[in-house]
Amino acid sequence: MTMTDDQVLSQEHRVFQQTMRRFFDKAVPESYVRDFYEGEAGFDPAMWRRLDAEFGLPGLAVPEEFGGSGAGLIELVLVMEEMGRCLLPSPFLGSAGLATSVLLRLGDTEVNTCLVPRLVSSGDFAALAVTVSSGDWSEDAVSVRAEGGGDDTFRLSGTVRFVLDGDLAPLLLVAARTTSGISLFEVEPDARGLDRQRARSLDPTRRLATVVMHDVDGRLVGHEGTAWPAIRRGLDDAALLLAAEQVGAAERCMDLSVEYARTRHQFGRPIGSFQAIKHKCADMLLRVESARSAVYAAAFALDQANPQASRAVDVAAAYSGDAFSWVAKEMIQVHGGIGFTWEHPAHWYFRRATSSAALFGSATARRRRIAAALGMPC
Amino acid sequence: MSREWRASTFREDVRAFIARLLPRGWKGVGALPVGDVDAFVTQWRDTLATAGLLGLSWPREYGGGGLSHAEEIVLAEELARAKVPGGAPWDPMGMQMLGPTLLEWGSEAQKAHFLPRILRGEDRWCQGFSEPDSGSDLGSLSTRAVADGEFWHVDGQKVWTSSAQVADWIFVLARTSREESAHHGMSFVLVPMDQPGVEVRPITMLSGEREFNEVFFTDAVTHRENVLGPVGAGWKVAMTLLSYERSHVAATLPIQYEQEFERLLALVERRGLGRDALVRDQIAQAYTQLSVLASLGRRVKAQISQGGPPGRESQLIKLAWSEYHRDLAELAINLLGPEAMVVEGRQGPFLPYTADYPGAPISSGAWIGTLLHSRSDTLVGGTSEIQRNICAERVLGLPR
Ligand SMILES: Cc1cc2nc3c(=O)[nH]c(=O)nc-3n(C[C@H](O)[C@H](O)[C@H](O)COP(=O)(O)OP(=O)(O)OC[C@H]3O[C@@H](n4cnc5c(N)ncnc54)[C@H](O)[C@@H]3O)c2cc1C
Repeated sequence: MTMTDDQVLSQEHRVFQQTMRRFFDKAVPESYVRDFYEGEAGFDPAMWRRLDAEFGLPGLAVPEEFGGSGAGLIELVLVMEEMGRCLLPSPFLGSAGLATSVLLRLGDTEVNTCLVPRLVSSGDFAALAVTVSSGDWSEDAVSVRAEGGGDDTFRLSGTVRFVLDGDLAPLLLVAARTTSGISLFEVEPDARGLDRQRARSLDPTRRLATVVMHDVDGRLVGHEGTAWPAIRRGLDDAALLLAAEQVGAAERCMDLSVEYARTRHQFGRPIGSFQAIKHKCADMLLRVESARSAVYAAAFALDQANPQASRAVDVAAAYSGDAFSWVAKEMIQVHGGIGFTWEHPAHWYFRRATSSAALFGSATARRRRIAAALGMPC
Repeated sequence: MSREWRASTFREDVRAFIARLLPRGWKGVGALPVGDVDAFVTQWRDTLATAGLLGLSWPREYGGGGLSHAEEIVLAEELARAKVPGGAPWDPMGMQMLGPTLLEWGSEAQKAHFLPRILRGEDRWCQGFSEPDSGSDLGSLSTRAVADGEFWHVDGQKVWTSSAQVADWIFVLARTSREESAHHGMSFVLVPMDQPGVEVRPITMLSGEREFNEVFFTDAVTHRENVLGPVGAGWKVAMTLLSYERSHVAATLPIQYEQEFERLLALVERRGLGRDALVRDQIAQAYTQLSVLASLGRRVKAQISQGGPPGRESQLIKLAWSEYHRDLAELAINLLGPEAMVVEGRQGPFLPYTADYPGAPISSGAWIGTLLHSRSDTLVGGTSEIQRNICAERVLGLPR
């Protein structure tokens, strides 16, 4: 049922973690995020370049032979925790987390040598269009159709919603159904018949788009009809990274709540001396550390290609999503009226939590998979 | 004669050793006929003792195995996995709590005298901390020990003392000076039970069993040298003891609860509820919680094995598991439906397990017993409220 090896962070991991913490503390203060709420700031190319130039983050988990740093998911997890902590608005999850992962998992030499390096250090990033309006991230739900023209060029039609950075990404990848199954296509951003609309996100720091295609030219990526296993596994990777982001964000909510509880006085004493508040904070700690344990365990499982890894991801994702939502809501309660203002960052976390709970499938959907994996009859 | 175990191959060696001793088709101690369990456990304890597997991490000079905490944890895991207990029901108090505390605080004479007797099963121990007016607020306790010549004289009352009815000795947290400060002026006194000044009155538990007691001390005596640690340092010694309790729990509970979870799945199947969407979600939630806590436990366990200081997550283990188990028992009772109104079969669990014996039949009695017992999980060893206070104050730094 579970893995027995001791799986803990090494000393190098901890140093890396501290480096990331220091960088984001400085580079992404509250005022940085506030601009995404107040202005029209949508994407910060300078920040994206810095992530690459200073740490090679976009290619962190890409094998060295394809231009990356050859790290594992566990390192990506540590990065995502820090990005979640400061709520960095970034194409990182959609591009480095999801699209790159799917491309790598295709295991196709041409893809690895032509497309993947583009996402490592050219300043480009990718969007993967795979969901449908039902929000169901499963194979059956892929509704874009691709009609073949004999060579590698197909014509794609259909609508995909909730595409991370889909209106901006220089590299647009689309999962579509051909006569032989699910296939992956590259679509030129300025292709005829393509319409990309930025959606009004509940969480303005999470950029989402609707991509509409009418007979749009698409170039086959990898082999026709065989893309689903790679997409499925890439979605697992991305779900785990999202869970890591949720851990980091939840921990920040806890830290803010604890700090406020220490300093805000009522009835002549700090509100943190009231047990109703104290116990909420203790429960935040319980959820944060539990979620973190599950996320690390799943990352190690994926990195070691453990056969139970997919289930471990379901567990981590289901738990972390619920945990972050709970902590974000209780943060508002601990803060009282100030927590309900536009001014205070509490709602940024509440929005991120609510929106993330639906990205890559809900906790309920994860639990449906867990029940099936436990051998319960369907 | 006790054999030598090697750390490098310990897991494989001990796994093979255990497998060789158990009968073919072994399903767990719970699958034995009820009348055979006691005899089996007694014999099994002898086997472990002969093999040098009791007190594995204790120095050899005191009858231990001379290995480290890491192997001790591996052994506990392998025993749990093989569905056999690590000793007799009263052993945890002596072997997992008092023993390591003696090693840390005891004088040479105390170690040489008490440790081998614990391993040989000659001394059974019980824990005398709680009092009628001092439970969560242990620092307010009022049992006194007064030195007079060669002896300490103990007066006062302890309560909820598990296994006192079978114990030979009790470790008592008692006041030894008049200092008013709660945590000073206490000593950790070892008192023999078999004397006129000690009276044990059983208390029937909510489950109907009699496993805890009141213990009255009326001019009870113990020899002058039977104080563990310095006189006045009793609080510190007691805290050491409680931390040993926690680390053992972190290692063995996940395995016990994984086995229990398999029984829950079997219950779902027997009740024909596997297709019910709500039940599936509840089961998946329980599984999620179980594996999250197992991961949390592994993080803590790894810190202990590597000899490092446990991180802040170790403080969460007791709180997390007790509430998980309380909720799981309620889920099982829900799944039983009307069967939960009638006690069929025997009513587990029995010491030292908190889940039912592994391999026990899946009867309503088994789950009803688990439900009843689970209400104590969130009380013993510091209530959930106290655990939350500790997390908030000592880990997060909130004001008292
Ligand atoms: C099955 C069982 C076996 C036991 N075995 C032993 C044993 O072998 N040896 C031994 O010494 N003891 C033993 N105990 C005692 C156990 O440790 C105590 O029951 C426990 O510490 C709580 O103390 P109490 O019962 O006096 O409850 P109280 O301390 O009176 O608590 C009552 C309620 O008040 C709450 N409360 C108290 N203080 C606070 C606070 N500061 N903040 C918030 N809430 C608070 C508690 O959480 C609880 O809900 C056993 C108990 C049980 C149930």
